Order: sequence, then C-alpha cells, then structure tokens
Amino acid sequence: MSARRRWAVLAAVGAGLAALPWLVASGYVLGTLVFIGLNALAALGLSLVMGYAGQVSLGQAAFLALGAYVSGVLTTTGGWNGWAALAVAFVAGTLTALLVGLPIFRLSGLLLAMATLGFGIIVYYVLVNWSAVTGGPSGLTGIPPLRVGRFAFTTDARMLWLTWACLLVAMGLAGNLVDSRIGRALRAIHGNEAAAQAAGIDVTRLKLGVFALAGGLTALAGSLYAHYLTVINPSPFGFVYSVELVVMVVLGGVSSLWGAVLGAAIVVVLVEGLRSLLPRVAATHGAAEYEIILFGLALMAFMVFLPRGLSGLRHSRP
Amino acid sequence: MSITDQLAQYLASGLVVGGVYALIGLGFVIVYSVTRVINFAQGEMVMLGALGTATLVERGLGLPAAFALTVVAVAALGAVLERVAVHPLRAGPALSLLILTIGASIALRGAALIAWGTDPFALPAFSPGPPLRVLGAVVVRQGLWVLAVAVVVFALLWVFFTRTYPGTAVRACAVNPRAARLMGIRVDRMFLLAFALAGALGATAGAVIAPITYATYDMGLLLGLKGFVAAVLGGLVSPPGAVAGGFLLGVLESLAAGFVSSGYKDAVAFVILILLALAQVAGWLPWRVADEA
Repeated sequence: MSARRRWAVLAAVGAGLAALPWLVASGYVLGTLVFIGLNALAALGLSLVMGYAGQVSLGQAAFLALGAYVSGVLTTTGGWNGWAALAVAFVAGTLTALLVGLPIFRLSGLLLAMATLGFGIIVYYVLVNWSAVTGGPSGLTGIPPLRVGRFAFTTDARMLWLTWACLLVAMGLAGNLVDSRIGRALRAIHGNEAAAQAAGIDVTRLKLGVFALAGGLTALAGSLYAHYLTVINPSPFGFVYSVELVVMVVLGGVSSLWGAVLGAAIVVVLVEGLRSLLPRVAATHGAAEYEIILFGLALMAFMVFLPRGLSGLRHSRP
Repeated sequence: MSITDQLAQYLASGLVVGGVYALIGLGFVIVYSVTRVINFAQGEMVMLGALGTATLVERGLGLPAAFALTVVAVAALGAVLERVAVHPLRAGPALSLLILTIGASIALRGAALIAWGTDPFALPAFSPGPPLRVLGAVVVRQGLWVLAVAVVVFALLWVFFTRTYPGTAVRACAVNPRAARLMGIRVDRMFLLAFALAGALGATAGAVIAPITYATYDMGLLLGLKGFVAAVLGGLVSPPGAVAGGFLLGVLESLAAGFVSSGYKDAVAFVILILLALAQVAGWLPWRVADEA
C-alpha cells in the first residue's frame, strides 16, 4: 500500500470514528471502543516486535503499567500537568525498553521470551510492594483527566477521539517505518537473521530500536488508560495481561498492522460479549464465569483452525 | 532463634516447596523434550490434582484411592489435551502452540472456577500430628510426605526411562524424532504418553501440596510458572536437571523470604529466569536451553 493511500484510509477511519458519538448514544459502546483503542495501541508495539523483528515479549504489561504509574504518580503526588506526564510516560517507556533490551536483546526466541516474562512479573511485584510510591495493592486514586483549556477528556466520546487519534497516527507512522529501508531490514531479520546480518544489517540495533518503540507506544496506552479511568492498581498489569496482548497480536495476524487492531477488537468484544450474553443463555449460578472457559476454548479453536491469525487467511488461500 | 537454627528452618521449608517445584518442572521437561512444546497448562494440572483429591476425600473416599483416582483422571486429561488440541497443530508455528496451551490453561481455570468456586479447599494432612523437629528445624509432617512422594516418583521415573522399553522409546523421540520413527517407534504415541505423564506429575504435585497451602482454582498459574523456572534452571531437557532446579529454587525462595522480604519472595524465581537467560547468552552455562521458539 502506498503511503498516501494508507494515510487516506487511516483518515477515513478516523473521520468515521469521530462522527460515531453522534450516531451511537450508548456510553457502553463508546467505552468499549476506547478500550479497543487502548489495547490496540499497546498491541501495535508488540506486533512490530513480533511481526517485524520476529521476537516474542511476554512482559509487555510491564510497559503499560509503567506508563500508567508514571502518569499517575506525576499528576497526583507531583502535581504535574497531564500532558507533560503523558510525554514523560512515553519517554520513560522507550528508555526502559532500551535499558531492559540492551542486555536481553542479544537473546532470541525462547530465551528472550523467558527474560521478558521475568521482567514483566518482577515489575508487577514492585508495583504491589513499593507502597510508598505506587500505593501498593490499592493503587492510586484521583488521577486528573487530560484537558485542553476548559475542554476536559472526561466523557467516553472525548476519550474515543483522543485514543483513536493517537492510535491512527501511530499506525500511520508505523506503516511508514515498515515500508522504509528500516522496515525492509526488519523483514529480512524476520526471514533469516543470519542472512540479514551477512547482508550488513545491524540486527541487534534494529531489534532493540523496535523493542524501544514498542515500549514507548505501550506506555503511552498505559498513560491514556490512567487518565481515562482516573484510578489505577496493579491487578490489571499482571502476567495474564501480557499474555492477552500476545493473543491479540497472534489472533489479528502478526505481519499486519491492522492485525493488532483486529486482535484487540476480537479480545475486547469477546470478553465483553460473553459477559453480557451468557447470563441470558445460562441463568444458573455463576453464569458470568463461563466467559473464562469460552474465552480459553475460543483461543484454542482459533489456534487450531487459524494458526496464523485472521490476516493469515489472505495468504493461506491457494 | 540462632542463625544456624534459622538457616536450618529456611532450608527445610525450602526443600519441601522445592520438591513440589521439581515435580511440576519434570512435567515441563518431559513434554518439552519430546514435543518441543512449552505446556502452559501444566500449572492447571497441579490445581486439578489438588482440588480433585481434596474433593474426593471430602466425599468420603480414602486418601490413597482419592489420590490414585485423581492422578489417573488428570493424566487422561493431559492425553485428551494432546489429542484434541496439540496433535492437529503439531506442524504449526511454535508461537501458535504456545498460545494453544495458554488457551487450555485459561479454559481449565474457568472450568475449575465453575466447578469449585473461589473458596479454598482444605485437604487433611496425610498423617495427622504435631510438627516434628529435624536438626533444629520445625517441619510439618506433610513436608516429609512431600519429600517422600517426590523421591518415590523420581525413582519410578528413573526406572521407567532407563529400564523399560517405552521409557527408552520416549528418550529416543526426545533425542531424534526422525531416527526414532525410522526405528519403528510410534512417535505420535510418545507425544500422547509425554502429555499423560506430565498430567500425572502435575496432579501428584497438587495432591501433596494441598494440605500445606490449601487448594484453590487459581493456584495453578504461579505454581506452573515456578515449575517452568525450575525446568529452565535445569536446562529444560534434563529430568535430573529439573529436579535439582526445583530444590534450588525452593531453597533460594525460602532464604529470600527469610532474609530479604516475604513480599518479594515470589519475584525470586523470575530474577533467576532473567539471570539464566543472560548467563546463557554470555556462554557461562555448560548447558543450553534448546532455542527454537
């Protein structure tokens, strides 16, 4: 896809979504779309790491937590402006990924997955135990919403605009990156790392760069999340969320930028849908809990029938 | 309490938990070395072993019968998981297989939540009585049971792998599946066997730890991850390595809880995981984790 056409598509999607609050009055639908956008932003970074650098991170929730807590601590304890906190969260995510990545990105495959898994879980324990700064298990409250003058991003509709604007711009820039020389180099790495190295590509530096970018994007999603909910605690940032992000990327299909959005939409809608649908079908006790089983089974079925994700459908047809 | 008493105490409690990690880690090693799959549902096998045994005992079944029945049932579940889910995807991408087992673990956890609810279940200790004093350390009687069961299981596995025909066939598949197939070994049966064995090991671990920690539907996640770390600590393809890794992890965790902070106790395993990955890349370790994911 040419860069011009990609930006046109993104702008069209953006315009459609911007008009949505006037067409759909339901705050529930709009809120769900905000969550899809936030998850997609986080998954977009990981999708670059997995799809283009060919590496798996099992600790991506740590960067979401980092973004959320940097914003949370700076605005509540530090009294900072929300936008400044958001920018710092993005930079902090990028730098942390760089620092973490420096030693571990010389690893690959299973070793890298192991190291990121360890990193993600350790960050979770720090959030729970470092009460003086993070508020411990109960977390932080009273995080102010983002605002421009007197216009505050407090409603679902306004958050929808902000989140999706960030997501679509990030997707456009990521698209440019993927089509550039760097993107071709990344694809070469994914295809055959040794061959790419032999062709003069600085494999380690590129993989590290992509990991840093992913850390920044995921932290940005975390920061938006914190300003949207105004309350954060460690529980959503555990290992399970890291896994969910990998699931989103794989479900959508790793080698497509829209795959991240698609995957995020599937996971959020599946979880939300099951939660609202099930009590009607099975009225017995604990009906809401069936959603977990079905989510797991759906995941298994997806993998058995579509091992390369939804966007893999295009390529698998003979 | 003197420092040596303290040390003895930490060592004793560390070895008890370590025995459980070793059993879980063995499950990872057996499945990984034969099928090259990291089975994330291994922790759920532990949970089912604990809840299954506790429930059957509560219903009035004798402990040995409840234990045996649960282990067989969970082993069968492992085999079903292999046949229904892993088998069709054997040739697929490694990442899809990983997600598949994650899906299985989520589904099993959900099923357990519905079947048992969120309340913890208590399984009475295998032999009742006050804690014993061993070399200055206080050890609950169940701790000795954990170690005894672990040792018996290790011995049985050793005999199985080195002295029986199916055990040798499993090892052959782990070393070189193609050559094993050429020698007339039914490789896909060995896949099935590996998953069933891993299920049995997980269930055994769950049943012996249940009297110490209670059994809950969500106990599998952390125990599974710790077992994975134990397996990696031992090189991921070596059963004796997983046993050593399990005990080492248990003791290190216990020392960290005693001397550093109990809040960070659970983080120890994951610090080790990172250090291992780094040491491996630097080439400090004599063994290498097979790097194919």
